[in-house]
Amino acid sequence: MESQAHRHESAHPGAGTYIVIAVILSAVTAIEVTAYYITGLRNSAIFVPILLAFSALKFALVAMFFMHLKFDGRLFSSFFVGGFILGAAVLIALMALTRAL
Amino acid sequence: MQHAATAGHIELPTSTGLNSRKLLMWLFLASDCLFFGPLITTYLIYRGRSPVGPYPHEVFDIPYTSVSAFVLLMSSLAMVLALAAIQRGDVRGLRIWLLATAGLGLVFLGGQFYEFNTFFHHDGLSLSKNIFGSSFFVLTGFHGAHVTIGVIWLLSLFAGSMRGMLHQGNSLNVEIAGLYWHFVDVVWIVIFTVVYLIPAPLPH
Repeated sequence: MESQAHRHESAHPGAGTYIVIAVILSAVTAIEVTAYYITGLRNSAIFVPILLAFSALKFALVAMFFMHLKFDGRLFSSFFVGGFILGAAVLIALMALTRAL
Repeated sequence: MQHAATAGHIELPTSTGLNSRKLLMWLFLASDCLFFGPLITTYLIYRGRSPVGPYPHEVFDIPYTSVSAFVLLMSSLAMVLALAAIQRGDVRGLRIWLLATAGLGLVFLGGQFYEFNTFFHHDGLSLSKNIFGSSFFVLTGFHGAHVTIGVIWLLSLFAGSMRGMLHQGNSLNVEIAGLYWHFVDVVWIVIFTVVYLIPAPLPH
């Protein structure tokens, strides 16, 4: 029964991996904040895409390692990614409709 | 099986091979994406359209909010360490990391209360002052409500562990609470970037 319930799951990583991920998350956050204070970069066209990329990286790291999506059944990922894509689609559609993009 | 029977329930086989409670939590988190998506969208649409101030760049304190973001990230680390502890049967470790997670959550909530208080009393920004204030307080307030629910959940798990109700055999209870807590963290990752760091357009 146990093997049936976890047949799509592999072993979760150990504390060392979690700490490495937390260090990466902290470093990326520090880079984001530093970028905010570089006036030339903040006023450039690449500032927003860079911030969104960093945010997506942090989001993915937490979801994959802390929430174990990388190791658990794919159905979990499908549901969550599906909800996320729908939420993002609502965001893009509403911003386009209101000329806020 | 022995632990499951002790916990008062037995995990039945499912057609997906996945635990139904965990699947239900993931479905809830997917639906919560659809809850926060429109709230973030509303903020992004209206933050630069207030005819009167204060405006985002006048009130935000980025270094202060960065510390709050760091606190919530570290609470996610504490949460996953709590789960790792109970999965290897370390109940004492579980208790320590659960308390650490709840404590960091309370620090975040205290920081948010201070931020709201500063905005209200120092900057004159309120829910009804302008459309920026309305969309900002609704979005971050609902996130704070999620954090509050998470802290209560974590403290109830801690109380359960003190009464001997949590053990290696029912670590799924901790894992499901952890999924909720990490979701609260990823929502703040998005809010920190799009609300605080990405500059708002200047009002016309």
